[in-house]
Amino acid sequence: MPVSLTVNGTRHSVDLPEDVPLLWVLRDELGLTGTKYGCGVAACGACTVQIDGEAVRSCQIALGDVAGAVTTIEGVGTPDALSAIQQAWAAHQVAQCGYCQSGQIMQAAALLAQTPAPSDEEIDEAMQGNLCRCGTYPRIRAAIHSAAQMMKEA
Amino acid sequence: MASIGKIARRTFLIGSAALVGGVAFGAYYVARPAPNPLTAPEGGATLNPFMMIDANGITLIAPRAEMGQGVHTTWAALIAEELDVDLDQVRVLHGPPAQAYYNSAMLGEALPGKGYDRSDFAHALAEQVGRIGKVMDMQVTGGSTSMPDGFERMRATGASARETLKQAAANRLGVDRAQLKTERGEVVAPDGTRIPYADLAVDAGKLDPVDAPLRPPAQWRILGKTQPRIDMVAKVTGTARFGIDTRVPGVKFAALRMNPHLGGRMIGFDDSAARAMPGVDRLVNLGDGLAVIASNTWLAMQAAEAVRIDWAPSPNPADTDAVFDRIAAALDGEANSTLRDDGDTSALPLGASEVTAEYQVPYLAHATMEPMSATALYSGIKLEVWSGNQAPLLVQKACAEAVGLEPEAVELHTTYMGGGFGRRAEVDFSVYAARVAKELPDTPIQLTWSREEDMRHDYYRPGAMARFRGGVKDGTAVFLDGQIAAQSATQQAMARWLGLPAAGPDKGTVDGAFNQPYAIPNFRIRGYLADLDIPVGFWRSVGSSMNGFLFDCFIDEMAHAAKVDPLKFRLQLAADEHAPSAKVLEAVRDMSGWTCQTPAGIGRGVGFCYSFGVPTATVIEVTDAGGPIRMTRAWIAADVGTALDPGNLEAQFTGAMIYGLSAACFGEITFAEGAVEQFNFPDYDALRIHNTPVTEVKILENQEHVTGAGEPGTPPAMAALANALYDLTGTRARQLPLMHDFDLLT
Repeated sequence: MPVSLTVNGTRHSVDLPEDVPLLWVLRDELGLTGTKYGCGVAACGACTVQIDGEAVRSCQIALGDVAGAVTTIEGVGTPDALSAIQQAWAAHQVAQCGYCQSGQIMQAAALLAQTPAPSDEEIDEAMQGNLCRCGTYPRIRAAIHSAAQMMKEA
Repeated sequence: MASIGKIARRTFLIGSAALVGGVAFGAYYVARPAPNPLTAPEGGATLNPFMMIDANGITLIAPRAEMGQGVHTTWAALIAEELDVDLDQVRVLHGPPAQAYYNSAMLGEALPGKGYDRSDFAHALAEQVGRIGKVMDMQVTGGSTSMPDGFERMRATGASARETLKQAAANRLGVDRAQLKTERGEVVAPDGTRIPYADLAVDAGKLDPVDAPLRPPAQWRILGKTQPRIDMVAKVTGTARFGIDTRVPGVKFAALRMNPHLGGRMIGFDDSAARAMPGVDRLVNLGDGLAVIASNTWLAMQAAEAVRIDWAPSPNPADTDAVFDRIAAALDGEANSTLRDDGDTSALPLGASEVTAEYQVPYLAHATMEPMSATALYSGIKLEVWSGNQAPLLVQKACAEAVGLEPEAVELHTTYMGGGFGRRAEVDFSVYAARVAKELPDTPIQLTWSREEDMRHDYYRPGAMARFRGGVKDGTAVFLDGQIAAQSATQQAMARWLGLPAAGPDKGTVDGAFNQPYAIPNFRIRGYLADLDIPVGFWRSVGSSMNGFLFDCFIDEMAHAAKVDPLKFRLQLAADEHAPSAKVLEAVRDMSGWTCQTPAGIGRGVGFCYSFGVPTATVIEVTDAGGPIRMTRAWIAADVGTALDPGNLEAQFTGAMIYGLSAACFGEITFAEGAVEQFNFPDYDALRIHNTPVTEVKILENQEHVTGAGEPGTPPAMAALANALYDLTGTRARQLPLMHDFDLLT
């Protein structure tokens, strides 16, 4: 039986078993490939999306359990209309390979929504579940501080 | 990435004989031009294998893999500098597989010279061997060679194209070329008339290329300054397409399950439960494992797990201890190489104090963020492959062989890579995708490895053991005899990639040890090859990833035995041998305010390694404030000769250090029943934001040659941390990972 869910403001009906993780619904069914597969066990954060504003690991949420509105990186901003946090990421030239950055940005956006001016300790606390094998952490930290400043001024 | 598909398709349909509008500009070949793999777009020209100009603008082809190191931006900058275009005026694409894109620096780097000692002879030899790259299909990204390889030829390509476009304009306007200028992609005449390059491309394509001298660095507009990466916006919006993001209409998704007992086959299997699972299309028997094709990757993975499989055992030694017994046995056998043999190492000099130690480092996985994945479409006469890979020619050839086609019938699209670190120089993930696609003709198949498959079927960084005997006298090193044993990743890879027999001294086993720029009068380094068939390959910084730790920590031990400040000890040894190395040590000393005195609860260590032509020194500070030990600060100084993009260099050295520290703290691949015991990030962790030190990087430019930067930051980081822990705790780490002997912040 088709299951319906709302992603980036659009209602979708998908014909998949209810135990398929949201990650694989987004990527293989809806073609929203900005959300990445990294580990499948909630250990790397590459698949982070938001459900009703809360950062969650989409590899751990079954399709049948998606109760709220899903936001993915595609819903945060576009190349022609970057959100403040994406502008900060670009200004600090954060990405190297870039694979983990969708998840980093989704996690950081949830942090900033809750804590508009996070301290280094609060950034550490919120972001330590997001792995980056290129080691872009110093620039991620700087970009979060910049984004906080930009959002305060906006 | 759509348009590179069109380029490649035309190229392969027409074949390499037709060079419509393709003119080879002097500098892209060494001895004889390879065919230009690009054909002219309609109303445009491919002035050389690195550039296309048409109505849509200027497209630069960077036949080096963009895996995070920024090579697309810097290669584009090299061309744009001489071509007089701005970086925002060009698009950059991965090149198709082609011999014109061979890596001339890669094989030069493989020669057994010390590197820092660049005599004319060594240089000439490297040039000669570099030519072989073309014959050997070495369109490979790795070894920090993209900049040494591209620095001259990309600028020459831009300069020649610029002058040829000017000549086309001169012919049209009836003026002398010398009267024309170029600016932002246009030729400017004395009367102010401006002609866009795109309007001149077809004419220029008919002219003989014009040679032009390269501009001196003082005139550079782009090079030497931090550039915004051309892939940045795509990577912060989720729109950059990695291999795993390939979406071809009608695609089906496949999962892989291979024998975890490395090297073993599959005896039999029962797939009755799996075949009945939702979304499952079919199972493919691959001999040493199987693939499941389904409507969704996760459904495919679930079904692959549900197959009951009878695995054959691994031919390799059963467990980690047995593997290291083999490596130890190699140390007692005959040496494969003696690449450094200075003075007399038959006996310790009179009056010297002896220092001895044995070291061991584990096997390591690459653990790229993007698990291995490739997409393939097989039609019976043609194969199309989408793959994030570091070696397009090798991938094309291997995929062709796997499905029984000629290489020309394989069209390969190289995508962005979610990390490479050496893993994507291998062809296995592309070949498996091709083999699975062959079972379902005319249906594109995306084959994705689970993280567990990726972790347990890598080409690992070899484990290694070392024995050192040193002698110190009057506050300096007077004797150092080192023996290092490991599997040869180079010999295994050359056999795997090119079918070449293993032979000769293997530089990889001793790289980062034999070629350290230290004036130790009696100095010998011997390498020993372990007789093992565990799959091994190139891991960020290759041999120096082992020896940067083994060798430099032993230098630290000698400094302490000599009762000399360990930084000063290294500096004295480097000062007479290689001035740029001494200068990076001085720089890191000054940056960190090194005094060799640390208060209680704080430890500092220095690490140094000369690798890939780059002397790099790192200082790490560790703090014990009554909980787990934290890495609080780090300082890196490195000499890259010419800093083409300072911002990117800072990112590369910082990231390479974090990659090294991750392995030093937590990285180990161990074996049981011939299978890898680690499955996923919970048992193969890395540094994260909260345990990464605050880092400062200083780039020096005292060397004359241009170097790469993706790797040299990794080796000294591991040693610096171990040396810092010694300073803090008095415990000397002679084995990695450090988490076994120290309470580190996780």
